[in-house]
This record gives sequence, C-alpha cells and structure tokens, in this order.
Amino acid sequence: MEVITTGNKGKSVRSDCFVTLELKESGSNEFILESKVGVLYGNSIHKLVVEMLEFYGIRNAFLKIEDSGALPFVLMARIEAAIKKSIQSEKEFLPAMLASNDYSTAKDRNRISRLYLPGNTPSLMINAGIHKPDGIILDLEDAVAPDKKDEARYLVRNALRGLDFYGAERMVRINQGERGLEDLEYVIPHNVNLILLPKCEEPGQIENVDQNINLIKKKHKIKAPVWLMPIIESAKGVINSYAIATSSPNIVAMAIGLEDYTADLGTRRTTEGTESFFARCMVVNACRAAGIQPIDSVFSDVGDSEGLRQNVLRSKSLGFDGMGCIHPRQIRIIHEAFAPEQDEIEKAKKIVFAFLKAEEQGLGVVSLGTKMIDPPVVKRALNTINMAIKMNKLSENWRESYE
Amino acid sequence: MNKYDKLVKNAAGRMVPTVINGKPAIPYMGVGKYRPVGRKAAPFIATTADYPADGNKVAESLKDALIKCGLKDGMTISTHHHFRNGDLVANQIFDIAHDMGIKDLMWFPSASFPCHESMTKYLEDGTIHHIEGSMNGALGRFTSEGKMKGLGVLRSHGGRYQSVQDGEVHIDIAVIAAPTADPFGNCNGVNGTAACGLLGFALADSQYADRVIIVTDHLVPFPCIPWQIHGNYVDYVVVQDKIGIPEKIISGTTEITKSPDRLLLAEWTAQFCDEAGIIHDGFSFQAGAGGTALSIGIFFADILKKRGWKARFARGGSNKYLVNMLEEGLTDYILDGQTFDLEGVRSMRENPNHVNTSPFTSYNYHGKGNFATFVDTVILGATEVDVNFNANVVTHSDGYLLHGIGGWQNCLFSRCTILPIPLFRDRIPVIRDEVTTLCGPGELVDVIVTERGIAINPLRTDLIEKMKNSSLPIKTIAELKSEAEAICGVPEKPRFSDEVVAVVKWVDGTVLDSVYRVIN
Repeated sequence: MEVITTGNKGKSVRSDCFVTLELKESGSNEFILESKVGVLYGNSIHKLVVEMLEFYGIRNAFLKIEDSGALPFVLMARIEAAIKKSIQSEKEFLPAMLASNDYSTAKDRNRISRLYLPGNTPSLMINAGIHKPDGIILDLEDAVAPDKKDEARYLVRNALRGLDFYGAERMVRINQGERGLEDLEYVIPHNVNLILLPKCEEPGQIENVDQNINLIKKKHKIKAPVWLMPIIESAKGVINSYAIATSSPNIVAMAIGLEDYTADLGTRRTTEGTESFFARCMVVNACRAAGIQPIDSVFSDVGDSEGLRQNVLRSKSLGFDGMGCIHPRQIRIIHEAFAPEQDEIEKAKKIVFAFLKAEEQGLGVVSLGTKMIDPPVVKRALNTINMAIKMNKLSENWRESYE
Repeated sequence: MNKYDKLVKNAAGRMVPTVINGKPAIPYMGVGKYRPVGRKAAPFIATTADYPADGNKVAESLKDALIKCGLKDGMTISTHHHFRNGDLVANQIFDIAHDMGIKDLMWFPSASFPCHESMTKYLEDGTIHHIEGSMNGALGRFTSEGKMKGLGVLRSHGGRYQSVQDGEVHIDIAVIAAPTADPFGNCNGVNGTAACGLLGFALADSQYADRVIIVTDHLVPFPCIPWQIHGNYVDYVVVQDKIGIPEKIISGTTEITKSPDRLLLAEWTAQFCDEAGIIHDGFSFQAGAGGTALSIGIFFADILKKRGWKARFARGGSNKYLVNMLEEGLTDYILDGQTFDLEGVRSMRENPNHVNTSPFTSYNYHGKGNFATFVDTVILGATEVDVNFNANVVTHSDGYLLHGIGGWQNCLFSRCTILPIPLFRDRIPVIRDEVTTLCGPGELVDVIVTERGIAINPLRTDLIEKMKNSSLPIKTIAELKSEAEAICGVPEKPRFSDEVVAVVKWVDGTVLDSVYRVIN
C-alpha cells in the first residue's frame, strides 16, 4: 500500500506534527509517537489516535506521529488528512466548536486590518487573535504550497472550530475556480464570517461562489451571514470592478491585490505606487458607488514600519478603509495611521452632537449653524467618532464634557 | 561518602536532603529566616616573601601552574563564566587533570555553557566527581539521568558568593581567565581580544581560594589598569595564545525580539510598570539579555524620554541598548554584573558611570545589605510558575535540568518582580498546579505577564488597587491556568524516580528543593 504523509516536521517547525500512515492488508494497528511533549501529553495523543482509527474503521495500519507540540485541533487535522488520503470517507472528525467563536459579524463593521495567515502553518495561527486585527484570514490559496492544499483544508476547518479568534472577523481566502468551490465545503459549515475570493475578473465568478455558499448554508441550516470580499488582481478585474462590487448583496468589501496586478500590467510595484494609482482609484470608486468598503493591498516589507505608515496614509487619502497585513507587527501601525486625525474628530464631534440633539428634539433635519447637514455626512461623522473611540483617541463618554 | 541521606520536608513543603555530598545541609526555613552566626571563612595567611620580588609570577603553562598549586584528588576547582560559550580555559583544566590521572575533583563554575559539554566524559571517568554551580544543556541532561557521581548543587550568583564567604565551599584552586593581565596577576576584562567587560564573578574566587591562577592571552607590563582583580591574591599567571572565542563571548541575545508575541509581552510589561507607577523619575530597573527583556528596556526608555524623566540606575547585564540609555542621559548609571556585547565592553572601558559590580555588592546574603533589594523592578523569565506564584527556572516540565539559576533568585528581592512569559510553549502550559522544581518562593514573585492576560500576586494588594481600572487584561493566575489548559489540554504528571540528583539552594545557603532523576 501507499505510504501517506501529512503535516510538517523539521528543526524550525513548531506546534505541528508530521503523520505517516500506511494501510496494511492484515495485522493490527501499530502506532509510534515521537513527541517533544510526550511526557505531558503522550497518553492523550495515544487516546486520540485510537479514537480516530476506530472512527474511520481502520484496523490494520501503521501510523507514526512526529510531534513538535501540536495542539489537539492540529493533531486531529493532520491525522484526518492522512486517513482521507488513504480511504474514501465522508465522515468528518471535528473538534468541538468553541463557544467563544460563535459570533457573526455586521456588514459595516471595521475592516481596517486583516491579517493573512498561511492555511497550513499552525504556529502562526495560534496567537493571531491576541494581536487584535479586525479580521483574520486563513489562506487556502497562495500561501499554501500546491501539494499541501488538500491537507490545509482540514487544518483551516479545525482552526475555525477549535481556535479562539478573540473576536476578530473570521475569514478564509479560498482558491480560484473548482478548487475554491470545493474549499467552501470545508469552511462554510464552521461559522466562517467572510470569504475572500482571489483574482476576480467577472461578476459570474462571485455569483457562482455565492450560489454554492447558499446551497451549503441551506444544507446545514445556517442562518448567520457569510460575507464576501472579492479581490481584484488584474487589469480586467479593475475594468470590471463596479460590476464585481455589485454582483452579490453579500459583498461587504472589495480588496485590491497589487503584486499580481502589477505583474499583469507588465510593470513593477514601487513604494510610491504610481503604477497602481489608476487601479486603486477605480477600486475605491467602484466600492463607494456600490456602498461597500474599499480595502488596499498588503505592504510586503515587514521590517519597514515607516514605509508602511506612509503607505497607509496614502491609502487613506485615496479613500481606502483598510489594508491587509502579513505580520502582526503591522496591525497597530495600520490602525494608528487609519485613525482619524484630531481635526477630523473635532469636526465629527460637532456634527454628531448636532445630530443627536436634533434627534432628541424630534427634528427631522440636522443643521450646524445655518448649514444643513446631509444624512451621509452624519453617517460618516458617526463612523469617525466610533473609530476614534476604538483607537483610544476619544473617550467613550465624550458627550458628557462636550459643550 | 553518601551523595545524600534521608529527605525531610522544608518550610516550602519540599523534600530535601540534610546531608549533601557528605556535608551537612540546612533545609530551607523561609525567606529571611536563616541567620547563621560565627565568623566568615578566610583564606590561609600568605607571606609576601614566598612570592618573587620582581613581581613576575608567570608560569610555564597551565599544567605547570596547576602542579605548582598542588592539584590533587578531591580538590575543588573554580572558574568564571564571563566568556560564556566562548570559554577555552575551563575544559583545559580538566584535560590536564585527566592526563595526570587525578580523580574526584569538584568543578565550581559560576555557570556552565554548551561549550562545556565535553566535561561529561570527565564526569563519566571519575576525573570530576560532581558540579556545584549550574548544569546547563548536556550537563543538565547528564545529571538528570542520574549519571553524576555526586549530587549536583545549584546556586544563584549571590548564593555562590555566600557559600564561599561562609565556608560552605572551600575553593582549592581558582583558575581565572582574564582578557588582560600583568605578570603580577592584576587583571581586567575591558581590554584584549577576549574582552568580556568585567570579572565580577571571579572576585570571591580570587579572595577566598587557596591558590589563584590567572590565564591570559594579553599580557601587559605592570600595572594592568584597571585592576578589577588584584594581583595580590594571585599565585601564578599563565600566558596562552587564545583563551576565548570573541564572537561566542558576546553570545547573549543582544537583538530585540522580532516575535510579535514577545513584543506584546514587552509592551504590556512596560505599560503595566507605567500604569502602576513603578516607573518614575529616578527609578531603577533590571532587565535581562533575552529578546523580550531587551525590548522592555527599550519601552522603558521611550516612557522616560516622553516624560522627561531619567532612571537613577539600570542594573546590567549591559548591552548596546542600555549603553544607548546611558549615553542619551536616560540613566545616570549602569551597575553592571556582566557585559553582553562589545558596546557594553566599550562603555565600561570608557565611561566611569558604567560601573563594574560583583555579586558582593549586588546579591550577597552575608553582606550588610545588597542593592538587589532596592531595584524598583526586575524583569525575569521562568520555565514554570504555579498557582501560588512559585517559580522554576532550572528544570523543564518533563523534569530535565537544563538551566542554571544565575542571578534570578537574588533579583526576586527587588521591589517588583515581573515575569513576562508565554502562557504556553508549543503545547506546554507554563502555569502549573505545582512547579516541577521550586527555585523562587511565590511571595517574592509579584506579576506574571502572559500574552493572554496579566496576573498580580494577591499579596500585592497595592498593585491590584493601582491597576483596578487598567485597560490591560488583568486576570487571576487560576484564570490564566485554565485558559492555557483549555487550549493545550490538561497535562499529565511526569514520572520521576525518588532518587535525588541535584539540589537547589536558596540565597542563604539552605536547601530549597531537590531535583529528581528522570525516568525514560
């Protein structure tokens, strides 16, 4: 029989395990554990293995786990992936859904920072939530090596259930095409809040994904929303950006991916971003026209915090509402740079104060001095105030001391 | 000679021997409870007439010097660890002893490093009977597996000084590697290719050993200035081509951490100190050389700068970041115990406010006070902490002895001891019901900072009050423990044999805990 392996091992690998599985014609199950936490968790790992082999009805197998301190949800994912590569089975061995992960997200919530995590690297997932990004993206697409894409699905699925995200919006970036539609089966039933769709060029791609999501939701009787965030990464995508942005009511934001876009243009990405100015403006315009959030591309030099800060300020001035991060150290810089300036906050305070006062007095029209204020201006001011409070730039009780 | 006798329960509730390597030992009695009486130990009376009038004490070789010092079976040989993993001297001593067929030596280093791994073969063949000091890495593993002939004794830097001063350990021959020396034996650590800053860990050895050998690769004519170690204590000077590997002498972690999780710990620790009022104009602190601790120092510096404050002193382990603080006027002094990088060495050489200290001034139990007790905050690490804030730094949760105590125990006496530690490492929770080995009593550990919350020792009602309205995630230690166990699972209890392989001494020389042989 074929020898199947899943997971990772090696000197720099942490919080993961490497599983070797070989089905045999006869005999019994043989299990070998080499674990750096064997003294403390050897028995529980043993128990898990027995339970899983039993669950899948495997009686004659050689199974070896080389464990570098994998958490239970990781062990389960690696073992299940190995088993599913060896036998045909529809059965899923699921870790318990954490009660703390049982939340859904609002359409217009902040999406200033969203942290990309490779979908097959558990060590980077475990503490992601403590850095408080607005969203966490478990990436099944570019950040996973082609031969690891199958097993990453189990890991991402188990992470959605068993790993605490500490309130971050729980996002998954699926693959393109057929594989992406298959990916949905592994994540939609497990309370994912938002799906990122890579390389969107036509509305049909989104409609297709949306339909599949609805089918899965129906099958699993899921009521909570699953939002969509298409990513524009090509010249064609930029041209079609408004059609894409309006292709589903579940789209809450649209992002631009500049690495692929600049490659498609046949140019190189620069720090100043002149080459992507048009595309960024197009995406911002399409999003604003569609009433969704425009999200900027990631800044790839993790060590350059000043460059990132400048980049965020440019993004903000172009009209973007947020940006991707590839390292937790970028989160705070992005939040700080997107945070409203003091003069913006002061202006917003005036408007919101007038709005609330008008509301209290039962007036339908908000005015500031002799000027009438339109509802979208009020909404924007409210957003600014909320963001300022969130960024600790304004007290929650600011009205008490506001004259 | 018995390694140890029966075990008795000490004041911390841990089982400890009352005889260690044939000598009586006192079980731990509680913090500040043990008050020995009598007089300190003293070296024998030397006579100047016995030493060359021209001041030239240069011996032919280290072997020659050791023979002249009367090297024989059963002696105690001391070394210092200022060369860290770049030490080329300690191993030579035992190579020579082995060639001479000498047996049952006791090695008394101020700390051991991976470069000393080859000592295991001398522990195996009986050249070395046992080690008192620290047993790191391979030596710890060797000890944990019950292979050492004698019982290992782990002491803090201050405890080492204490043991020499009160006669618990008598050093027969001290071998002091010195980056610069003169023929009379005056020496220092600030000059020479093996420059390591200072030689404070060898101070007691020079003063109390029967015989003192200086080994240098940079001999200068008398006088060698500064004379951190006085030639008046020295018997022989040995000159060699190379006594240390410079790039490994500077082997401490001297870069701030890039790990986002550790940076978060650092940031929260600094924020905690700020909100609790620990940082103030004229404050003092000690942060170690690890990546997290270095980052905390930088956050401290930022806070001082922002407020227009400065520290009165920073306690080193010095490094380039501390030197920057000194040179930018953010601290008046660095009181340095060991120098971790070349910037630290340069600063100590050039700046009179970068002060060379020894465990006598900072840590010693038999001094009339020591300054560890009035440092405002120290930032330390730990392998485990229990729900009563007791902490472990020497063994891992699987029972293996892997680290020394260093100055850790002594630093616990600061005004606020903070341990920034991850809630779990890989899958292993750091907060346990009971520490595997007790190194620091919980009453001295004030705050635990983890990436999922901060626990304040219930004894510190003042800190709890001050942090009442903090935005930091203040939790109880029990909450943190259950949070870790929810993620990792409840760990099984490792099994140990009932055979003691080493003991942990408290700063006063009493026995705090025993380390047991691991069962494979």
